[in-house]
Amino acid sequence: MPDKRMTEDEVIAELESGMTIGIGGWGSRRKPMSLVRAILRSDLTDLHVVSYGGPDVGILTAAGKASKVTYGFVSLDSIPLEPHFRAARQAGSLDDFMELDEGAFYLGLMAAAHRVPFYPTRAGLGTAMLSENPSLKTVRSPYDDGEELVAIPAFEMDAVLLHMNRADAKGNGQFLGPDLYFDDLFAMAGAKTYMSAEQIIPTDDFLKEGPVHTLRIPRIHVDGVVEAPMGAHFTECPPDYGRDEAFQKEYAATAKDPDAWAQFRADWLELESHEAYRAKLEERGNS
Amino acid sequence: MSDVTLDEICVVAIAEAFRGDGEVLCNPMGPVPVIAGRLARATFEPDLMLTDTIAFAIEGNLPFGGDPTDAVIESYMPFRSIFDQVWSGKRHVVMGASQIDRHGNQNFAAIGAYRKPKAQLLGMRGAPGNLINHATTYWVPNQARAFSETVDVVSGPGYDRIAELPEASRANFEIRRVVTDLGAYDFESEDRTMRVRSLHPGVTLEQAQEASPFELTVTGDVPESRLPTDDELALIRDVFDPNGVRKSEFR
Repeated sequence: MPDKRMTEDEVIAELESGMTIGIGGWGSRRKPMSLVRAILRSDLTDLHVVSYGGPDVGILTAAGKASKVTYGFVSLDSIPLEPHFRAARQAGSLDDFMELDEGAFYLGLMAAAHRVPFYPTRAGLGTAMLSENPSLKTVRSPYDDGEELVAIPAFEMDAVLLHMNRADAKGNGQFLGPDLYFDDLFAMAGAKTYMSAEQIIPTDDFLKEGPVHTLRIPRIHVDGVVEAPMGAHFTECPPDYGRDEAFQKEYAATAKDPDAWAQFRADWLELESHEAYRAKLEERGNS
Repeated sequence: MSDVTLDEICVVAIAEAFRGDGEVLCNPMGPVPVIAGRLARATFEPDLMLTDTIAFAIEGNLPFGGDPTDAVIESYMPFRSIFDQVWSGKRHVVMGASQIDRHGNQNFAAIGAYRKPKAQLLGMRGAPGNLINHATTYWVPNQARAFSETVDVVSGPGYDRIAELPEASRANFEIRRVVTDLGAYDFESEDRTMRVRSLHPGVTLEQAQEASPFELTVTGDVPESRLPTDDELALIRDVFDPNGVRKSEFR
């Protein structure tokens, strides 16, 4: 059986500047933050990020790593508007983006997962989603109705990054929280998929952790597995931990002040490893 | 009751938007709409399905922001399932609007130029899909601020834009109601422009018009928005929102 265990830095070494990178999770929920931070300390640049965005998008746009973003929304949940992303949009430093209806975004993931060029939907008709995105095309139904629909293109992604509660060394993933979000589709859609997890456990321990329905990421779609306890911090990763609201507030506040942002990056986001980040969290009183 | 407050009148006005919905997923966002949805189910619209705003459809009278742990879960509604419900049409959503015009075009995406906005707001979120698939009600706690001659970005299409689409595409479109701090509006006018459905107690038509840059459509006599019943007031105050979170929406 394959052993797909890797470190964060080994995953990042597989990526190249200019790539399209999909990031799983939703808003400020179960984001692969140890991998996002590894991108931040790398020399990768000019990335196209595809995400139901949270701090992953905020960090990568504010740091100039992402030159394009495709998103359904960018939010920190308890802070509805992601302040770093917002600042980049308002400064005009991120003018290459595709903002989609959040259900239409699901169709772009599904089209890529199923290897078809698009899925059709009515979402977007009569709105700025269509008029402001000239690359979005419509398609006419070949049946008698002849209806014209929006063709949401497949999100082709060079690499996908996910975070799960549990994984085995072979690359099977398990979510234990209330919502898988769209991570199974992300995993299928990525040309390469790298999955971090709170714990890597023996395969025969999965059902001690949760019912069989929680085994939603099959290893055939996973190329690398990273063990990263607290790997989603400061986003939530229930039942392992909730969102670190105090930390998120500190992060959000730095959007107003370039010096504070540089300091926060140096203090937290650009530490040399996830182990160093965890050690610093423990010092702070998080466990 | 003489001590009824504006927030309670607005809760009832939104609850009224769900009247007749039957068995659909009622998906309000924010304190006043969530309390309204739960009130409607607890009183005149018992078959509504409501979520805990996380991933479960729940039974019972959960207070706003209350811990859903002890609530009875009747179904599983993760985000993917919510989108499936949207496309099925068996849903009625309540959303906000930073700008809304007389045709019901709504903007909560961005203020100013789309590519370099003065203010980046929520983005498209679910508005394009919601509007074209099922009933939508808007909750506007400050009419004077949100009612606009035109909107900067169309996230939710209005009746004029929808009229340009073929029948099959617009068959499920409905803006059921726009509820504001001054009154309730609908689009049941001949030209599908925003019509005054009722005005909250003490609000005159002149005042409502003053708080709108476009001309409000009026057909016949405008009734006063109905007051909460004693039972409804007790539910709002003692069950759904004992801490008065609903009042925070009026700023």
